[in-house]
Amino acid sequence: MSRTDPVPDRPKGEATASTDAAFTALLEDSAEELYESAPCGYLSTLMDGTIAKINTTLLTWLGRSREEVVGRMRFTDLLTVGGKIYHDTHYAPLLSMQGSINGIALDIKKAGGGRLPALVSSLTKTDSDGRPLLIRTTVFDASDRRAYEQELLRERQVAEGARRRAEEDRERLQEALAVLQSSLLPAALPPVPGMEAASYYHTASPDRLGGDFYDLFPLDGKRWAFFLGDVCGKGPQAAAVTSLARYTLRAAALHDPDPVAALTTLNTVLHERYAAGDPRYCTAVFGVLEPDGDTVTVQLASGGHPPALVLREDGRADYLPTPGGLLVGILPTAPFTPARTVLAAGDTLLLYTDGLTEARTGDQRELFGDDALRDFAAGLTHTGPQQVITAMTGLLNSFGDGLDDDTALLALGVPTNRPHPVSDTPT
Amino acid sequence: MDVVSRNNVTVAGPEDAPVLLLAHGFGCDQNMWRLVAPALAERFRVVLFDYVGSGRSDLTAWSEARYSALDGYARDVVEICEALDLREVRFVGHSVSAMIGVLAAAAAPDRFASLIMIGPSPCYVDSPGYRGGFSAEDIDELLQSLQANYLGWSAAMAPVIMGNPDRPELGAELTNSFCATDPAMAHVFARATFLSDTREDLKKVTVPTLVLECSQDVIAPREVGAYVHAAIPGSRLVTLEATGHCPHLSAPEATLTAIAGFLGNLS
Repeated sequence: MSRTDPVPDRPKGEATASTDAAFTALLEDSAEELYESAPCGYLSTLMDGTIAKINTTLLTWLGRSREEVVGRMRFTDLLTVGGKIYHDTHYAPLLSMQGSINGIALDIKKAGGGRLPALVSSLTKTDSDGRPLLIRTTVFDASDRRAYEQELLRERQVAEGARRRAEEDRERLQEALAVLQSSLLPAALPPVPGMEAASYYHTASPDRLGGDFYDLFPLDGKRWAFFLGDVCGKGPQAAAVTSLARYTLRAAALHDPDPVAALTTLNTVLHERYAAGDPRYCTAVFGVLEPDGDTVTVQLASGGHPPALVLREDGRADYLPTPGGLLVGILPTAPFTPARTVLAAGDTLLLYTDGLTEARTGDQRELFGDDALRDFAAGLTHTGPQQVITAMTGLLNSFGDGLDDDTALLALGVPTNRPHPVSDTPT
Repeated sequence: MDVVSRNNVTVAGPEDAPVLLLAHGFGCDQNMWRLVAPALAERFRVVLFDYVGSGRSDLTAWSEARYSALDGYARDVVEICEALDLREVRFVGHSVSAMIGVLAAAAAPDRFASLIMIGPSPCYVDSPGYRGGFSAEDIDELLQSLQANYLGWSAAMAPVIMGNPDRPELGAELTNSFCATDPAMAHVFARATFLSDTREDLKKVTVPTLVLECSQDVIAPREVGAYVHAAIPGSRLVTLEATGHCPHLSAPEATLTAIAGFLGNLS
């Protein structure tokens, strides 16, 4: 065996001799002394647990005399009742199977009624044939260690409770948000004679209220009003604006259903409400439907909103331009651009928010864009609004995580039994 | 659902021999049968398994709702019988599994031929007119002992211990890993075991039954053994001169003799 001497110059024999002398003086205690006064408890038991031998250290900890313990008590008599169950269900079986077991936390009962938190290890001594003869056990005083572990355990339980509460809070919040969100949208679209209406709402995040809104409602016996818009921002503040916008437009429409007048009223209300300090605005399309025989006349106006798309029966798809309309609520007075179209059988008017056209697609994460939307719409085979919405929903789903904004869709049209042909000519 | 791998079912012994289904108790797994299973497999078709949440069962199949009551464990037993189409089952249940066997036999009476209950107790906590041996505080102490001892378990080692049933040496190298159990699942099993009261279910036993007890058993004291014996008409009571709760480990020869004697008399 090679070994590096730390002080190679010093005469080796001299150093060893003096160290040995010091050791001898210090270590004159016998094996018996080592056993009895060891810094840990020792005991040996028969296989049935009867204590056959125990050291002074452990007797001192227990507060018992040797006569009380040896031959009279079993190891499990030193344990609490819960500890006994643990011993018989875990400790003894493992010791039996492994021949040893290490560092198990158990409480040792003292004669006076106190307890000693201990770490206990055991080893089975076997005869030459492998038959178990006796069990040797060491007991370490682990008061501090166990107190520390209990602190950790308590901390862990506190953290676990906090985590559970946070999860419950989050579920409650999501539930409340879902209820609030649904209150901002119509539960169902009302029937319009000779027409079909369909809608879809995509929520980008269950944790945040979206800012998109739409509605369809009767004005009088002959006309119906609709709107679809997008409030800047998200969350509760945006939801408050959405709520205000929705009810303002509904009330304004009953007073004067002219689309430009309705948006002008909304502009005044939003500007007045949010002018001080926290400007809030939205984009919106507002319109009126007037069925007349086989066709429906649509009058609408836009305030800064992406143009509506009209899907014709013959497969064409064109935007209904409304240039120049300003964001609603940002200035005291604002121009809004009116437009008009007539829907015949098989024609569908599609309103959408910019979540659709600003979705990211492909490897380059490019914007989906107006042209792609028009091409997609022109390629659809459909019989009316419901099928258009179904196809658009499929398109939104195909964006996957490229769709990161709320998106509202509202389709209004005159259905036909005849699916229109897919356009052959590329647009 | 593959019950055989879910419950880590292992089968040994002649294919056409009578079926002996051995169910481990709270605290360990099918390893507990290691000293008696080989001898039993000479004459019986021996089926061993781990309850979901114990041993090398599929822990992903565990749910607190199912395994908070003994019925959930009894369902494991019945589902194993169904998966292997076991009939005429001689059920050997240790500790809490003795009562789980009673529940399983009541749920699927056409599959069970006899019960061998090792250290049974239908109720551990004392109540007026009944002595189970423990108070509710004692059970709390046990739950604390469970929390203070992970016995070879750690979240990091769990995949190694649990995920390699074909390489048991991986588990064996880890100290105290024989009965390593997820502490949260052990806690639920302990509560289901020690806070249950299935005394009423003893009346439902209709098959020949052996009650096998140790002379010195803290967990199932002799008066509880006598209670079970009295509650099951026609049952046999055998008391082994043994200390502790696991005679199949501490006195395997005597345990084998008692089981063989009971089953021999039946056939």
